[in-house]
Amino acid sequence: MKTLSTFIILLLLPFVSLAAEDESRWLNDIKPQYFADKPIKASDLLTIEAPYRAEDPALVPVKIISKIPQTPERYIKKMWVFVDKNPYPFVGEFTFFPETGKADLAMRIRVNSYSYVRAIAEMNNGDMLMTKKFVKASGGCSAPIGTDLDAAMKRLGKMKFRLKPETKEGLAQAQLLISHPNITGMQMDQVTRFVRKPYFMDKLTVTYNGKPVLMAKTDIAISQDPNFRFYFIPQGQGELKAEFTDVHCESPISRTVCEPSKKYVKTQQVNL
Amino acid sequence: MRFLILFLLWPAILLAQPALSVTEVAPGIFVHFAKQEFPNPHNHDHIANIGFIVGQRCVAVIDTGGSPQQGQALKKAIEYTTDKPVCYVINTHVHPDHIYGNRVFKQPGVKFIGHYRLARAMAARAPFDIDRAKEQWDVNLSAEDIVPPDFNIHKQMRIDLGQRHLLLTAHPTAHTDNDLSVWDEKTNTAWLADLLFIKHIPTLDGSLKGWLSEISKLEKQTYQFVVPGHGPLATHWPQAIQPEKRYLQTLLTEIREQIKQGKYLEEAVKTVGLSEKPHWQLFDAYHQRNVMSAFAELEWEDE
Ligand SMILES: [Zn+2]
Repeated sequence: MKTLSTFIILLLLPFVSLAAEDESRWLNDIKPQYFADKPIKASDLLTIEAPYRAEDPALVPVKIISKIPQTPERYIKKMWVFVDKNPYPFVGEFTFFPETGKADLAMRIRVNSYSYVRAIAEMNNGDMLMTKKFVKASGGCSAPIGTDLDAAMKRLGKMKFRLKPETKEGLAQAQLLISHPNITGMQMDQVTRFVRKPYFMDKLTVTYNGKPVLMAKTDIAISQDPNFRFYFIPQGQGELKAEFTDVHCESPISRTVCEPSKKYVKTQQVNL
Repeated sequence: MRFLILFLLWPAILLAQPALSVTEVAPGIFVHFAKQEFPNPHNHDHIANIGFIVGQRCVAVIDTGGSPQQGQALKKAIEYTTDKPVCYVINTHVHPDHIYGNRVFKQPGVKFIGHYRLARAMAARAPFDIDRAKEQWDVNLSAEDIVPPDFNIHKQMRIDLGQRHLLLTAHPTAHTDNDLSVWDEKTNTAWLADLLFIKHIPTLDGSLKGWLSEISKLEKQTYQFVVPGHGPLATHWPQAIQPEKRYLQTLLTEIREQIKQGKYLEEAVKTVGLSEKPHWQLFDAYHQRNVMSAFAELEWEDE
């Protein structure tokens, strides 16, 4: 009888989890693992823009907007982004500086199923803030993988900056495009001899005239061909530089066994 | 207790499927034309055109449908139509509405055929599809439903069904990165599957430029009949592929212009290709996704 009731519970499980706007993964796994028992306050100094219905689970545009300027006295030091229900929820840990000007960040991520996307920010005084947005991954034929893996492999490591020609409130907006397949390693190994271990961009640093404006630790939830938009404070003539490394890991859901791979660099002169 | 009984009856449910309705579009070529719908729990992802071709010796199945149940219904339709055995199962590409009936055809003497990149794509999608099949389509999938090809086609392959030769072509990345088409020499019928969408908006999961380049080759052919993956049979070639070509060309032109103007993806999805809306079924379900996918591709076209 015990096995039977367990069986029924197992059958009911998918329906229970369909009541999806739940906090369980955050409360039980993510928060304890990344923040221990630090107090984190919901805050409207931070918002997330993301489509409620994600058209393509492989490519969900997400933008985190902070409502305060970055000043040496008061600034957002770090920001973590998670997708609660992804097999590996950690999207990235982003470090900002007063030189960032404004701690806004746009990127493209993978969202496997109905889930909260959440951002947690640490202020320079240690305050922890949080915002979240529920995203419904659309059905249809797409999967959170990426298209044309071979094309992405061919141009792997290429980078380019795009800059808005105008500055606003002393701030310049930069877009950094990185070509990398960001392979998740999620697959059914027994089906195929094309076993692909997770292979993704793990660290990124962007500097302006030698000073960092954005640093990031990232993972497989970043879409194929990572794409970031951020701010910096321009000073006329200057140099933007992006550097990233990638890594091979043994398991899609653990980072205990990983092997560093290569380093890629791109510089660009700007005049703003 | 009821759950358990249902569970035990599952194989019986499979057998109780009625035969799938099929139309003989040319001698020996049978197609089930699906309704144009977005996959959901009511239609069980039974939304693609699937079917079979009968030779003197044996039968080639072309795509097996969105679930084992639909695969079973297709198998019944074959049994009602001919006493020849199935010798090949051809999967035109990895999308779930085309491959998840595979399991019911797996038996000695049946060879599965696909594009050389199909197995890789199946492996990458499998965990995701198995995970969401119940919720999205009310279909139960497990590891057994992932049946990769026995023959992996790199360029072309001819198969003989007995007095009937089929030419199978593996395409460069277009609708997906693993598209395979079938040409029946005898009736000059091309089974293009999802390389051709008629009335149903094309869905892009491969390469916009690649697809347009395949279309420019396909439209030089002089096919008698063409079976699309979604939509009715085409009897006028190459006219039948012009709407799809126009749609994809519109995406290409307008997205290039957006990128040139320094627009971001989030802005492009709101403006690109809206003139196409009146021409397509399921436009709202797939168009924005097509724009996003194409935008991400075209950002790198100058590299
Ligand atoms: Zn398809």
